[in-house]
Amino acid sequence: MMKDVIVIGGGAGGLAAAIEIHQAGKDVLLIEREEFLGGILNQCIHNGFGLEVFKEEYTGPEYANQFIDVFLQEKIDYLLDTTVIGLKKEGHIFTVETSNESQGIEFYQTQTVVVSTGSYERTRGQISIPGDRPYGVITAGSAQRYLNTDGLLVGKKVFILGSGDIGLIMARRMKLEGAEVLGVAEIMPHSNGLNRNIVQCLNDFDIPLYLSHTVTEIIADDHQRLSKIKVSKVDESFRVIKGSEKVFEVDTLLLSIGLIPDVTILDDLGVEIDKRTKSVKVNQAYETNIEGLFVCGNALQVHDLVDNVTLESKRAGQAVVRYLNKDKVKENHTLSLNPGTNLAYITPQRLDMGLEQENISLSFRSRKKMEKAVCKIYQNSQLIFEKKLFFVLPAEMETIQLPFKTIQDQGDLKVELEVKS
Amino acid sequence: MKKEFICIVCPRGCRISVDDDLNISGNQCPRGKTYVENEMKSPTRILTTTVKTIFEYTPRLSCKTDKPIPKELLFKAMEVINDVVIEEEINIGDIIIMNILDTGANVIATKPSRKKE
Ligand SMILES: Cc1cc2nc3c(=O)[nH]c(=O)nc-3n(C[C@H](O)[C@H](O)[C@H](O)COP(=O)(O)OP(=O)(O)OC[C@H]3O[C@@H](n4cnc5c(N)ncnc54)[C@H](O)[C@@H]3O)c2cc1C
Repeated sequence: MMKDVIVIGGGAGGLAAAIEIHQAGKDVLLIEREEFLGGILNQCIHNGFGLEVFKEEYTGPEYANQFIDVFLQEKIDYLLDTTVIGLKKEGHIFTVETSNESQGIEFYQTQTVVVSTGSYERTRGQISIPGDRPYGVITAGSAQRYLNTDGLLVGKKVFILGSGDIGLIMARRMKLEGAEVLGVAEIMPHSNGLNRNIVQCLNDFDIPLYLSHTVTEIIADDHQRLSKIKVSKVDESFRVIKGSEKVFEVDTLLLSIGLIPDVTILDDLGVEIDKRTKSVKVNQAYETNIEGLFVCGNALQVHDLVDNVTLESKRAGQAVVRYLNKDKVKENHTLSLNPGTNLAYITPQRLDMGLEQENISLSFRSRKKMEKAVCKIYQNSQLIFEKKLFFVLPAEMETIQLPFKTIQDQGDLKVELEVKS
Repeated sequence: MKKEFICIVCPRGCRISVDDDLNISGNQCPRGKTYVENEMKSPTRILTTTVKTIFEYTPRLSCKTDKPIPKELLFKAMEVINDVVIEEEINIGDIIIMNILDTGANVIATKPSRKKE
């Protein structure tokens, strides 16, 4: 049995893509490793989701339910409790290998694959904090899952490393559940979280934010449990300032030090990787260098707003339909899109000139906070497009629309952010 | 004593201060003034949390107040909500606690107590 499309991952991204493709009359199978649909949204019980798409302030589970309801009404095929453990391509056909407790190992064949497997959290090993390796050091997202879906509070005296939104949200959440939250340390001189979260998660509860600080030592007690941490100030080049050390007695250290796109299932396929996004390179159809393989959502780039995941994944779904309908002008060449001054990254990384469309959505992050910025796009050293952006922040991904007709047939593109003079 | 606020109306995030005579400064637009005035007078927040259930598959259900409640009542409201145990199947939007602490806000479910899909 051959599918038109297999969607891997049933979070906001996978659901939106599957619905879009199914509504165009294609045969879709969605595969999810958890026993429920909705992905990370299920544990994000705070509100603030959906301002753009629904003009509402939903909580994560409410947002997920909007899509789960439609998905179930559409009667799209899906598997839960099923993990994709292998992906191969032979000729024009993909084989997806799955593992499930009761069914064992199974294989599914499909013409196209949409990977929407989300992201994973950076752990202690990726930043190397000196000291012991006790119990009680845990990522903020895991603590969130324990607390919000299982009702387990992981600690009573908590310190948080990293001021990303998950850490801030968890500071408030654990405080409300009766834990003492002693502070948040951020190595950068500015917070990585949204202002709204600084105010409503930290300031509201008098939780101190230590900017330009980091955890410099982790100390265990005799039972291999966390007992103390040392926190020190750093200078502009992130060197620890001697004598600035503070000691906190804690039983839990939450790590909120960033998310990384999860594309581990693509390891064997030889996909092209972008070291900036730590994910795959795609063209404007979200297609990788492997024909018929599409990637969207947090698996492609880490999004701060779920609405952007939804919109991106719908576009990816439309692109898959176009691909299946063989709606491409002619076998054509690609141009590369490169991030220039003040840009941390850009997606897509390539433009396929055979895929004509009215507008191309470009997503990027700035390297620094900029007011009255202008996004300028150059090709062959010529300015082909510019757009004013009121305000850009590293914590907020920007998306702009580049009209296809402004692009010349030859020459790579470069995208820059400048302050308006 | 000066009080400091970070405005959250837009991404600019102005640092706004209010002095003893209630003079507001540091805001770059009128919306910042309104924001700080509200925060001074009667700050309110939507409370989101979870409630216990007897269901094995969903031991906790997420819930929220359907309107913002006064900030100083957040911890009291948590106590009330943490005393509740859901024993019947429940749908998204169903009321779990009516008019919590006389605030006029209800606590409603934000997740259904769904069995396995
Ligand atoms: C803590 C936190 C707070 C946030 N707060 C906000 C907010 O306030 N407002 C807002 O708009 N956005 C917020 N976001 C962002 C937004 O919620 C996410 O970006 C979005 O939900 C991600 O959707 P996704 O589908 O890309 O990934 P996910 O939801 O992570 O979905 C990926 C799915 O793929 C499955 N999967 C992975 N690998 C496999 C495999 N091999 N086989 C089968 N299945 C697999 C996973 O189980 C998962 O269900 C927040 C995110 C986090 C983490």
